[in-house]
Amino acid sequence: MLLKTLSELQGTSGAEKKVRDLLQEEITPYVDSLAVDKIGNLIAVKKGAKNSPKVLLTAHMDEVALMVTEITPDGFLKFRPVGGIDPRILVSKPVKVSGINGVIGSKAIHLQKTQERQQALKLDQLYIDIGANSKEEAERYIKLGDYAYFVTGFEALGQAFFKGKAFDDRVGCYVIVETLKKRFDNLNLVAAFTVQEEVGLRGSKVAAYHTQPDFALNIEGTISADMAHIEEEEWVTELGKGPALSIQDQTTLYNPLLIKQVVDLAKQNKIPLQFRRGTSGNNDAGKIHSSRTGIPTLSINVPCRYIHSPASMVRQDDIQNTIQLVEEILRAIPDHFIF
Amino acid sequence: MKKERDQQAKEFLKKLSEYHGVSGYERSIAPLVIQEFQVSADEVRTDRFENIYAHKKGKKGRYKIMLAAHMDEIGLMVKKIDPRGFLRFSAVGGVDQRTLLSQEVTIHGRQSILGVIGSMPPHLVREEGNKAVKIEDMGIDVGLPYEEIQKLIRVGDIITLKRSPIELLGGLIAGKSLDDRAGVVVMQICLQELHKLHHDHDVIAVTTTQEEVGLRGALTSAYTINPDLAIAIDVTHAATPDTKDQVSVELGKGPAVAIGPNIHPQIFDRLTEAAQNVRIPVQIEPIAGMSGTDAWAIQVSQAGVPTGLLSIPLRYMHTSVETLDMQDVVNSGILLAHFIASLPEDLEGYICY
Amino acid sequence: MSNVQNSLDYSLLERLTQTYAPSGIERAVAEQISEIIRPYCDSLTQDKMGNLIAIRKGSGNGKKIMVAAHMDEIGVMITHIDKNGFLRFTPVGGVHITELPHRRVRFSNGRIGVISQEKLDKPADLKLSKLYIDIGAADQDEAEGMVQIGDSAVFTGEFVWAGSRIISKALDDRIGCFVAIEALKRVQTEHEIAFAFTVQEEVGLRGAQTAAFALEPDVALAVDVTLTGDTPKAHPMDVKLGSGVAIKVFDRSMITPPQVKQWMAETAEKERISYQWEVLEAGGTDSGAIHLTKGGIPAGVLSIPTRFVHSPSEMIDTKDVEAAVELLVALLEGPIPF
Repeated sequence: MLLKTLSELQGTSGAEKKVRDLLQEEITPYVDSLAVDKIGNLIAVKKGAKNSPKVLLTAHMDEVALMVTEITPDGFLKFRPVGGIDPRILVSKPVKVSGINGVIGSKAIHLQKTQERQQALKLDQLYIDIGANSKEEAERYIKLGDYAYFVTGFEALGQAFFKGKAFDDRVGCYVIVETLKKRFDNLNLVAAFTVQEEVGLRGSKVAAYHTQPDFALNIEGTISADMAHIEEEEWVTELGKGPALSIQDQTTLYNPLLIKQVVDLAKQNKIPLQFRRGTSGNNDAGKIHSSRTGIPTLSINVPCRYIHSPASMVRQDDIQNTIQLVEEILRAIPDHFIF
Repeated sequence: MKKERDQQAKEFLKKLSEYHGVSGYERSIAPLVIQEFQVSADEVRTDRFENIYAHKKGKKGRYKIMLAAHMDEIGLMVKKIDPRGFLRFSAVGGVDQRTLLSQEVTIHGRQSILGVIGSMPPHLVREEGNKAVKIEDMGIDVGLPYEEIQKLIRVGDIITLKRSPIELLGGLIAGKSLDDRAGVVVMQICLQELHKLHHDHDVIAVTTTQEEVGLRGALTSAYTINPDLAIAIDVTHAATPDTKDQVSVELGKGPAVAIGPNIHPQIFDRLTEAAQNVRIPVQIEPIAGMSGTDAWAIQVSQAGVPTGLLSIPLRYMHTSVETLDMQDVVNSGILLAHFIASLPEDLEGYICY
Repeated sequence: MSNVQNSLDYSLLERLTQTYAPSGIERAVAEQISEIIRPYCDSLTQDKMGNLIAIRKGSGNGKKIMVAAHMDEIGVMITHIDKNGFLRFTPVGGVHITELPHRRVRFSNGRIGVISQEKLDKPADLKLSKLYIDIGAADQDEAEGMVQIGDSAVFTGEFVWAGSRIISKALDDRIGCFVAIEALKRVQTEHEIAFAFTVQEEVGLRGAQTAAFALEPDVALAVDVTLTGDTPKAHPMDVKLGSGVAIKVFDRSMITPPQVKQWMAETAEKERISYQWEVLEAGGTDSGAIHLTKGGIPAGVLSIPTRFVHSPSEMIDTKDVEAAVELLVALLEGPIPF
């Protein structure tokens, strides 16, 4: 299953090769041309009739991970996060570093003082143990700058949920692959699977600049906080309520006229739709909509719980509904959808 | 020969260190930079953003390699002149307020004026002795009456720290603005070394402006050149007794070669290979995200630029006693030259993912 | 004294300030400006971001100058509507959360709401999640009949005179639009001038960025408000209300190139226009984005000293406004020495 493969592949910012290679293989039969640009974005083109509008679909390939920044004299690995990670989720997790197993350990509860137990562990206090006895031994397997990844297996869970790592934004990549399999005669479709979103929307800046689309649709796995102890007004998105359309985030104000058309399309086609009701975070749309002289851009999000952690969750129906909504927008563009 | 080169490099760095060029006001240092690069480059030009481009042509000239080191320094700016004649000031770039008390400064008004950032005598410091004095509570004393000051100094005038470079034991140099004037010296050494080597590609060494306020000169110059490959040269923190667990790069152990999202993997590989070939020690510097250097701006210019980063280890960054090892500077220049000479003729194919 | 003093149409400024235009929804202000300036320009267009671009052709011997003033104002955006019809929201632009309780907001359809707060144990507990808007709806259905998630509202603040001074909401930056409009009406020059009434300045100089990319001017001037240091125990700053137009030297988004500073100051001195130097330690404005466009564009800023910026009661002095119009006209008409 493609989403499982995508989720389990390792590829953090600047090291997206495995994801890129897989996507390249997956979409080759469905597109007219494929290229990798100078920063590593995978760009696929699916041509339509002459003079059709050029529509850019984007999803980022990179996931958050850890980078080895120091090997201690006794063979432990110190690290820094690539992208935004809450250090509190790291304690007591297994990781994979350059094919080697490791664990992020911590001092046993028996050895902690009462006060220590109340204190979150800081990044500087954490390290990866790969079982090496010395720096020399560790260096046989690990180089500075190597990445450590979460090792969560992809599985179905509960009623219609998937559990896995890196749904942000492999789920977006998956949606685009499924979209590319369809025919859109009156569109020039360009898909950009971007790099380095998690460290500052880097790949999308470059991709938008050289693809110069008329309109862009960014597909993201986004935050959801519809959890037990959180008040409804702070959920941002809710699982099972369909794709979430962005209205505002840290880098983009989405055009209300575009939003309204998507709302109407969803209604007509009976696709559940919700708004992304929070403004923290940002995504590739930020760099795309302000590229060159401005590109009308929307962001459609698959709600994910526990994002940027080893184990996140998505709903299968949300993914299917996102795929359908993207299709409806694309089908409407040549004649009905104005930007 | 070698000795002469090293001596020249040291003298150039000391001169650069003493010159003034706060972000946005690099014109005062530009003549020195232009004059030096005119010796090593085929052509030197400037742009509207005050960036300086030293162009050395390659044998083939099909591809452009950009080198970038910034010449601006952090500084201060007059923001208010109080009626008693003290100058209130604001910081330009990342100034550590704790390093300012009791410093001698130069105010670049209608003429250069000497001043001192005043401090309370210890006898009068009371309960707040353990708190750092805030920059907004400091004043510069120029020893002139208000009327006189008004003739000479205006709000918006630039202030720099007065500091001549100092030589320490073991070839170390301390002074202000070695961040990143040392990088400028590295580019100069590189261009000189390239005269002895064969290189296919054009090299454009850009002395950039306004790095300290947001990589602004790199942003505009990278757009202008649109290079095929770029290397930024900057300084990086070197370990001191108070930076354990934070810093692992050390002074005198060679230039630091960065690795991470900001860096094209092929460039990292070739820099370390080139170092092995010419027997120059290097240190690996993993950077998990934003590098905070010109490389960060250059990498995403236009349709993207494969980018590398070479850093000179430096202690006490952003103070007036920044300290580095001259050998690291010279080695960085030589390494860079050999890296450029080693690049294949088909650059595009080489750097493709 | 000033030759523009009596002829400035402050009723236009009043209309502009009272118009609804939160970042991203600047249409109403754009329409008003279009109507007024159409007779004075050679072309008038709106780009994909919503920037309004008015071009005055030059003689062919001059330079191309961009003048930018932003149309948008800060506000709030609705993120949630609860069962009882109360709204939760998020700021649009630089809104000071602690100043919000019991301010009024207005939606595009004219609906007024009041911001209030949940019970707080202590004043320091005040944060965004404790605030809500009451629009007088009895329940969720009634509220949803009036506003929707994603709708934006602006703060209310009427336009009043206080001697030679004006108090109003949204002087940031309708005063800049006003100065640009008045300059556009008066200016006679051989330079080509592109007036860009920009969008989304308050959320990150976004409109100016794309406008400058399209226009690619030789030099750019932004007109915006700046803070002052002349109120009781203010943060130290030299700018005073009523002491003339401020020429920006420094802010977080830009360091004005020395040659641009000099050009602006010398022009002011030549024309005997009162000016002051501005060193602003917080914030930035459109020139910040413009000057980094492509290979770099020399840019400057004419600032209108303004007290209580981003509050419903921003205050300016008309003497400074007149100086700004005069200086802008003089800059656009004179030679550019670089």
